[in-house]
Amino acid sequence: MKAFITVMGKDKVGIIAGVATSLAECGVNILDINQTILQNTFTMIMAVEGAGSTLSFEEVQEKLAKKGSELGVEIQIRHEDIFNAMHNI
Amino acid sequence: MINSHEIIETVKMIGEHHLDVRTITMGLNLLDCVSPSGKETATRVYEKIVRNAGNLVATGDRIGSMYGIPIVNKRVSVTPISLVGASSGAYLEIAKALDKAAKEIGIDFIGGYSALVQKGATDKENAFLDTIPEALTITDKVCSSVNVASTRAGINMDVVAKVGKLIKEAAYLTRDRESIACAKFVAFANAVEDNPFMAGAFHGVGEADKVINVGVSGPGVVKTALEKIPDADLSTVCEVIKKTAFKVTRVGQLVAQTASDMLNANFGIVDLSLAPTPVVGDSVAHILEEIGLEQVGGCGTTACLALLNDAVKKGGIMASSHVGGLSGAFIPVSEDIGMINAVRSGALSIQKLEAMTAVCSVGLDMIAIPGDTPAEVISALIADEAAIGVVNNKTTAVRVIPAYGKKAGDEVEFGGLLGRAPIMDISTVSPLKFVSRGGRIAAPVHANKN
Repeated sequence: MKAFITVMGKDKVGIIAGVATSLAECGVNILDINQTILQNTFTMIMAVEGAGSTLSFEEVQEKLAKKGSELGVEIQIRHEDIFNAMHNI
Repeated sequence: MINSHEIIETVKMIGEHHLDVRTITMGLNLLDCVSPSGKETATRVYEKIVRNAGNLVATGDRIGSMYGIPIVNKRVSVTPISLVGASSGAYLEIAKALDKAAKEIGIDFIGGYSALVQKGATDKENAFLDTIPEALTITDKVCSSVNVASTRAGINMDVVAKVGKLIKEAAYLTRDRESIACAKFVAFANAVEDNPFMAGAFHGVGEADKVINVGVSGPGVVKTALEKIPDADLSTVCEVIKKTAFKVTRVGQLVAQTASDMLNANFGIVDLSLAPTPVVGDSVAHILEEIGLEQVGGCGTTACLALLNDAVKKGGIMASSHVGGLSGAFIPVSEDIGMINAVRSGALSIQKLEAMTAVCSVGLDMIAIPGDTPAEVISALIADEAAIGVVNNKTTAVRVIPAYGKKAGDEVEFGGLLGRAPIMDISTVSPLKFVSRGGRIAAPVHANKN
C-alpha cells in the first residue's frame, strides 16, 4: 500500500534521520523524499510503500506520531487514495 | 503523480480548515422485522441493527485513520417505524429497541421514527404520531421526522395542525433539558429517502436492504478559498466554490465507496451539503460574509446563499457517481457561530431565514423560539415552509424548539453538534382559524406533469 507522509514543524538537526529510522524499523520503504523550508517551517513529504511491513497501518501511524512528539514536529501518514481522489480526475 | 503543493493543500484543508466527513449513515430496511407481536418486532429490530451495523463505528474510525480525515458522526437510518410498528402498534417499544441498539453499537444517532403522511394518515399512523413526543423523551439517540407535504400531493393540513401540538408537547416533556426533544424532530415537505443527516434521516421503502450514504462538510475550506480572492468578481467566486466543492465531494465519494466495500453494503449516495458546526471556522454564515456581506441576515443574504448553494452543487455533482440526500448549504442557527452572532446582534430574523430557505437546503433549522409560542403558530410556520417546498419542488423542513419557560433574548445550550441557540422573536398574530380548518392544500398546477 502506497502512502504519503507529511512532516511539519520547527527545523532542527536529525528530523529526516529520525523519521527514516522509524520507517526502517517498521519495514516501510521510502520511495521519494521532498523537503524544504516553507515560511520558516520545516516541511517534508515522503512517498512510501508499506507492503513489506509486518505492522498495521494504525501501528505505523502510532509509531510515527510518537516519533513526531520526540522530534517536536507533526508527522501524519495518509493512504495515497485521498490525494488521488482530490487532485486527479 | 501528485505534487507537493497538492499534498500540502489536502493536509491544510483537513488540519486547519475543518474539512471533515460529517457522517457515514447506514440505511437499514426493517420491513423483515415486522411481527404481530410488539415484543418480537422490537427484538428483531434490535438484533438486525446490531448484526448489520455492529462494525459501523470501528469501520468509520479505521477509514478516518487511513485517510487522515475526521469522520465526525456514524449513524443509522431505518425504515419508517410507522410502517414497521403498524401491525403490532408497539411503537414505543420499538423506539426503546432503536435506542438500545444505537447505544450498544456506539453510534451518534438513529433516525427513522418517522411517518410519510403528506396526503393522508391512516388510523395507525395517527396513533404513531401521538407517540412521537414520548418516544423522543424516553430515548437519547432516536430522531424523528414527519413528511407533511409534497409537490405531488400538496400539504396535509390536518397533520400540520397536529404536528404543532406534538412539538409543544415534546418541548414540555423535556422542559428540564432545554426542550431537547424538539431538536430531534423535523417536519418535512418533499422528504428524501436517502438523507444521511439528522434529524430527518430515514431509510425509504424504495431502498436496498443495507445502504451507505455519506454526508460531507467543509464550510471552512470554502471560506479559506474565498479569502484568497478578496477582490474577484462573482463569476470567479462561483468558480472557486465549485473547485473546492469538487475536492470536498471527492473525499466523500472515496469514503462512501470504501465504507460500502468494508461493510458489505450498497453504495447509496454522497450528500453534497455544506454542514456547519458551532466551532469557529466552520460556518456557512461566514462564507456569505466573506462574499461581501457585513453580517448575515441583511439584504443580499438570499442572493449570496443562492450563489453558494448552486456552486456547491455544480462542483460536487461531477465528483460523485451518485449524488442525493439534501445536497446544498445548511443554515441551522444553533449549529453555526456566524448565524448565532447575527441573531444576537439583531441582524438575522426568522423572516429572513424563511426567505433563505427558498434557495438552499433545507429549511428553518435549529431555531429556538419562545416557550409560550402557541401550537397553531408553529403549525402555520410549518405550513409556510411546506408551501415554499411544494411550490418550488424542493425539500424544505422545520426544526424549531419552543424552549419551555424561555423568552426572546434568552439562550438555550444543547451541547455538541447541536450547539446553542438564542431564542428568536416570532410573530404570534393568530393563524388559528386557518390552521383549525383542516383539510388539504391542493398540489400546485405544475405538479401535474404527466
